[in-house]
Amino acid sequence: MENSAVSPSYNYTVVRQFTIMSVVWGIVGMLVGVIIAAQLAWPVLNFELPWFSFGRLRPLHTNAVIFAFGGSALIGTSYYVVQRTCQATLAFPKLAAFSFWGWQAVIVAAAITLPMGYTSSKEYAELEWPIDILITLVWVAYAIVFFATIARRKQPHIYVANWFYGAFIIAVALLHVINNIAIPVSAMKSYSVYSGSIDAMVQWWYGHNAVGFFLTAGFLGMMYYYVPVQAQRPVYSYRLSIVHFWALIAVYMWAGPHHLHYSSLPDWAQSVGMAFSIVLLAPSWGGMINGMMTLSGAWHKLRTDPIIRFMIVALSFYGMSTFEGPMMSIKTVNALSHNTDWTIGHVHSGALGWVAMITIGAIYVMIPRLFDRKQMYSIGWINAHFWLSTIGTVLYIASMWVSGIMQGLMWRAVNADGTLTYNFVQELVERQPFYAIRLLGGVVFFAGMVLMAVNVYKTIVAERDTHGDDNVLQAA
Amino acid sequence: MSDFWSWFIIIIVAINLLGCAGLLLWNNQISPEEAAKETTGHSFDGIQERNAPLPRWWLFLFIGTLIFACVYLVLYPGLGKYQGLLNWSSTLQYEKEVALVARQTDPLFEQFAKVPVDELIEYPEALAVGGRLFANNCAICHGSDARGAKGYPNLADDDWLYGGEPKQIIASIAQGRTGMMPPMAAAIGNTDKAVRDMAIYVQSLSRPNLAKDADKAAAIERAKPKFAVCAACHGQDGKGIQAMGAPNLTDTTWLYGPRLEDIETTIREGRKGEMPKHENLLTEEKIHVIATYVYSLSNKPAP
Repeated sequence: MENSAVSPSYNYTVVRQFTIMSVVWGIVGMLVGVIIAAQLAWPVLNFELPWFSFGRLRPLHTNAVIFAFGGSALIGTSYYVVQRTCQATLAFPKLAAFSFWGWQAVIVAAAITLPMGYTSSKEYAELEWPIDILITLVWVAYAIVFFATIARRKQPHIYVANWFYGAFIIAVALLHVINNIAIPVSAMKSYSVYSGSIDAMVQWWYGHNAVGFFLTAGFLGMMYYYVPVQAQRPVYSYRLSIVHFWALIAVYMWAGPHHLHYSSLPDWAQSVGMAFSIVLLAPSWGGMINGMMTLSGAWHKLRTDPIIRFMIVALSFYGMSTFEGPMMSIKTVNALSHNTDWTIGHVHSGALGWVAMITIGAIYVMIPRLFDRKQMYSIGWINAHFWLSTIGTVLYIASMWVSGIMQGLMWRAVNADGTLTYNFVQELVERQPFYAIRLLGGVVFFAGMVLMAVNVYKTIVAERDTHGDDNVLQAA
Repeated sequence: MSDFWSWFIIIIVAINLLGCAGLLLWNNQISPEEAAKETTGHSFDGIQERNAPLPRWWLFLFIGTLIFACVYLVLYPGLGKYQGLLNWSSTLQYEKEVALVARQTDPLFEQFAKVPVDELIEYPEALAVGGRLFANNCAICHGSDARGAKGYPNLADDDWLYGGEPKQIIASIAQGRTGMMPPMAAAIGNTDKAVRDMAIYVQSLSRPNLAKDADKAAAIERAKPKFAVCAACHGQDGKGIQAMGAPNLTDTTWLYGPRLEDIETTIREGRKGEMPKHENLLTEEKIHVIATYVYSLSNKPAP
């Protein structure tokens, strides 16, 4: 891959900033995750401090990992990918700089206001209206920079990674604005314009498409660049890209109602939501197939390159959670799984297994190139990080499967007299050991992130070298 | 739902499902010239694209889910106002399931309801059922052991705000209770000192020894005449009036805490406790069985 020859014309400053902050926010967000996992296992760890309580820190965790860690990674990589695949330097560098500083301001504002208790109470959209407006401004700046760079491309075609990044940018703008329309009543309090079932439906249309476009389409964009680059193989199938891209973005929009099964949402909306959730299976798997089959002819690299391992395991978790999702959207399955830890496990097989692992892979590919180093400081550490991430994720999701299914079964157990067999506390007590295992999984995953941060730091302070594209574990 | 919105939903669902099928058909054919090419010829930052045909198994999976969606939307409500061939609705399913359980369990409760509460406590089976109903419906506030919490009365002792006779317990469950103590600071002098004096006086009703301390004795003397305003509900002797739900202040049961600070807060701000009514949630027979369980906690059956 000929990158050193043209790289001086690319704007890497903003890419470097976003990439470094992605590592930083990954550590912050996952640390908060570890804290709240410990609080669930041992509630005394809330310390009766309102700002430190689970209810305040949980939205901080989700916002930090999705929007701070994931968001910084997505914006950073998209700025890198769009430049390199369009052979054009980033449009409007000042606007790009604003998108970085504005996004960091949003994150800091979230980190201050959420523990203080300011919340719109909409899941994954908790931030209050002044911050929502700042998000909108940043997002518009980001969209202008991204699409203007595409307009400057030096070749007729637009690479598939940019389709996904583009869809992610447009859809998130739409979702964010529509879900957050509210009437402010004071500087930090507003009321949604929606109410009742409509509010719930708009919220989960937003919530599920945050998964679909932020955590799926965006990261598929990332996958479509970094997997072929690291594997040094052509992408498997162009026409599979076309089919699964259009099907994915069309069908995801429908799936939200599966979050509201057996609720006051009208039956027709629940049925349509479920039907389209099932249809979503194949378009989701299209990305997995394209990513994995890109490695055909280069499978031996799995043995030697821990970065490829990160990517392939990320794609495996992606495939697994996009199979699990449609299954959980079936009403009869949902009757068991809804409101249980199974949902939390499902989310984390996507969030840790897919989103975090593909991001980690991309960061390891990108850091040496951004900072003119031959390769990461320690490939052995990358390998250690890979095992920490994989083991952490498996511990997390396996404990939540067992806990969640146990919960669902205990909740629905009924005596001959029609009463429930277990009261809530009896069931809660049974969950504690699994909460401890989940915490262990989180700690293991978090340890890997710290190792990555040290590796990144050591790489950056190391002596300048040529561009590296051979981050390969040398055969011992 | 109006006809317009019904058709709107039907049409966009159809367009989306047909669109997916069309997308598959359009990309399923591969021309010989195209098949002969190694890659598409695009190159992005060195990345090339092969043009492998859609994997068969994946194609059939996709078609299978599209067929599933169509069949599902024919059988179940989804296409606007169309009810579906099975005529299923979540309301109907709920009603059917509730009716089924009622058919299975009503005879049991009807039998229990024929026995008066003070006799039913002799039936271990009734107490077991009552205990489970209590766990499902009451434990969330009163605790799994029925010993309550701050603001939620202990039901396992024999101290009763509204009376512990079977009829009174049934009334508490069925109709609920609203306990209301108004803020009283203004009525007793409106100073911190007056509130503190009164709190000490109230405490002394159950702890006469307090009067041995000279400071406290003085406070008690100052507060005593003002207790007249409290006596309207709590009685001149402070023993409370069950008909009003006014607690007995002379025993050692403290719904909102026994500390001086707790009592001062009660005097200054008042208290409001609400037991919600359950007659719309539980049948009369079930309330009878729960009342039996609660009654049994403080009235052990004869051995």
